[in-house]
Amino acid sequence: MDAHALLEPFDRMLAAISAPAAVRAVEAGGDASAMLSELAQSGFLDALVPEEAGGAGLSLAGIAPLIEAIGAHAVPLPVAETMVARALLARAGVASRDGPIALATAGVPGQIVPCGLVAAHVLIDLGDRLVLASADALAVTPTGVHHALAARIGWEGTPVGRDITRPPAGLRALAAIVRATLIAGAAHRLLEVTTRHANERVQFGKPIGRQQALQQNLAVMAENAVAARIAAQLGCAQGLDVSLAAAAVAKSTASSVAARLAGTAHAVHGAIGISEEFDLQLLTRRLHEWRLADGSEGYWNGVLGAARLADPAGSVDWIRAEVFA
Amino acid sequence: MFDTLTLAALPPEDEALRPQIRAFIASHVAGLPADRRARSWQGFDAAFSRALGQAGFLGLTLPKAYGGQERGPFARFVVVEELLSAGAPVAAHWIADRQSAPLILGYGTDEQRRSYIPRICRGEALFCIGMSEPGSGSDLASVRTRAERTDKGWRVNGQKIWTTNAMHSDYMIALVRTSGTPEDRHAGLSQLIIDLKAPGVSVRPIVDLTGDAHFAEVFFDNVELSADALIGREGEGWKQVTAELAFERSGPERIYSSVVLLDAWIRHVQAVGRGDAGVLTGRFMAEIATLRAMSIACTARLALGESPVVEASIVKDRGTTFEQDLPVAIGDDLAAHPDEPVSDELYRTLLYVTHIAPSFSLRGGTREILRGIIARGMGLR
Ligand SMILES: Cc1cc2nc3c(=O)[nH]c(=O)nc-3n(C[C@H](O)[C@H](O)[C@H](O)COP(=O)(O)OP(=O)(O)OC[C@H]3O[C@@H](n4cnc5c(N)ncnc54)[C@H](O)[C@@H]3O)c2cc1C
Repeated sequence: MDAHALLEPFDRMLAAISAPAAVRAVEAGGDASAMLSELAQSGFLDALVPEEAGGAGLSLAGIAPLIEAIGAHAVPLPVAETMVARALLARAGVASRDGPIALATAGVPGQIVPCGLVAAHVLIDLGDRLVLASADALAVTPTGVHHALAARIGWEGTPVGRDITRPPAGLRALAAIVRATLIAGAAHRLLEVTTRHANERVQFGKPIGRQQALQQNLAVMAENAVAARIAAQLGCAQGLDVSLAAAAVAKSTASSVAARLAGTAHAVHGAIGISEEFDLQLLTRRLHEWRLADGSEGYWNGVLGAARLADPAGSVDWIRAEVFA
Repeated sequence: MFDTLTLAALPPEDEALRPQIRAFIASHVAGLPADRRARSWQGFDAAFSRALGQAGFLGLTLPKAYGGQERGPFARFVVVEELLSAGAPVAAHWIADRQSAPLILGYGTDEQRRSYIPRICRGEALFCIGMSEPGSGSDLASVRTRAERTDKGWRVNGQKIWTTNAMHSDYMIALVRTSGTPEDRHAGLSQLIIDLKAPGVSVRPIVDLTGDAHFAEVFFDNVELSADALIGREGEGWKQVTAELAFERSGPERIYSSVVLLDAWIRHVQAVGRGDAGVLTGRFMAEIATLRAMSIACTARLALGESPVVEASIVKDRGTTFEQDLPVAIGDDLAAHPDEPVSDELYRTLLYVTHIAPSFSLRGGTREILRGIIARGMGLR
């Protein structure tokens, strides 16, 4: 199946079920079950599951545009995470579970997990194996951040659940690529709405986008959005068996531009962008949360740099072999 | 926005060039110290360029009928990536191969193509670009150098400046006014191929802050040219120069200017066995890998026959920012370890790149001008 043919219906569905009002409702503690059943019925949650196991058999690169769309629509459920988790379950021959699955990639209790408040299950990386635990069997605590769906996920001793084989590079690497792709999607949407605002908002008798200072900042914003997307694509190109280096490039780049993109978007919008009833914050809050999730740019730079310094090759040769191979 | 800049791969048949160009480079520049190799774009070695031409590494995008290899932008990407990451001295053929030959192919007569392009592909005809003048930098349309029609052709008077390699070049492709006044802006401009050995041409090299003289002032005092000096159509110079700048700005070369320094620094860190440079190294790797992916994506648009000026501006602005960040961060890292000895070679490389780095975002159009091009591409102007 061609993922590009799927993008249009998927995007249309997300626009219908995850309109800003719906996102706000879930963030305010509302019920997400209608949104969830729509997603489940659509079949998209099994996009990465092999065809023999009843899925669509698409590759991670193939569904990257769908993950971007999830980011762009600020969907208040861990949809991309669930897609990845269901693929890992299918691989391990484990029957899939209903409901959204969040990814806990740190292995320690008390970690902050995006969409933890709305997950039915959490796939936890314990270092030697993954455990799929029911949210009911875990301590799920709100972080106290206004409207955030992230939660602290905790357990006593070891978490109880179904063991699953751990991918060689770990769950964090895979989650980082998914996160980078979500960032890329949100970034491009942010770029569109910010550019539109600059062309519509009039001050000093002309659209503020006619001011050269703003044009220059928006041009850099475009560069950052393009960089996030292509770095995420580098990560997705490797499929589910990601390499640490490709994950690091993807997440380091996406994380480091995420905060800058959010900053420029708010600067261009002025005060209205800060207001709760304006939709901008639905995207910018997520950009900041995703930047910190599954390792920030500093974390991944450390991973990448240690690998690079252990190799005598030249830098361009090294990235060709480790990131582009 | 910019959905066309998406991950692309180098075709295997072009990748296959890599071992050959590597072996070639190794046999020609292996002994050069890092502070020489860091000059790459500004390293002039006519013999090296001729040898590249003989080995079939020039004219990769040009038709076989005119002596080229007819392989396309991806092949050029591979060869250029190897040349620049090794710090090979490419200045002699750089401009002719990258933009003069494609310009002549696009706008020249068949006679002009046959006269110049095969020699460019052999690394034997060296070109420079005569756009900037003392009063015309970013505002290129304001050029004042004039060419008048004569019985035999053209008579040129005026002056160019910052002309890279004018003192070594055989020809300049100059943007001149052939009718009207500077107030007419884009109308009345034309491009001429000027033989720099013609009487009335004088070239005065300009020394830069590192002590190198890679660019020059060029004066034209009643320089008589034959009618076939005109390239393309009279009065179409602005359109042509815009297309030429697209060749100049779309190349992959806007990301590797500091890579010789990067590798020299990494070798130093590895040699002293220091463990605190990992995060900085990783940041550089993430940036360079992302830029390489963007640059290949841009090359893929070129391969489709497009002229990706806006996309190339995105790559160039981001690429030169990275190239300029590198010496600043590396300088901080080395000087944050004052008790650690740094070799003369690394120190000279660092200071050379530090001093020349401002030029990275000037040559080929300044940062502010590129961001203006991107903003236009976004519909903001
Ligand atoms: C190493 C090197 C090699 C070069 N080689 C060549 C060559 O071979 N041939 C050739 O023709 N030229 C060459 N140049 C010249 C180069 O093209 C010019 O430097 C460049 O176009 C800028 O012109 P300028 O230096 O006159 O600066 P100016 O145009 O005076 O600009 C000065 C500053 O003002 C800013 N500025 C100007 N206009 C605007 C605007 N509208 N909005 C916002 N900011 C603005 C610029 O961005 C810049 O920061 C070379 C330059 C360098 C550094």
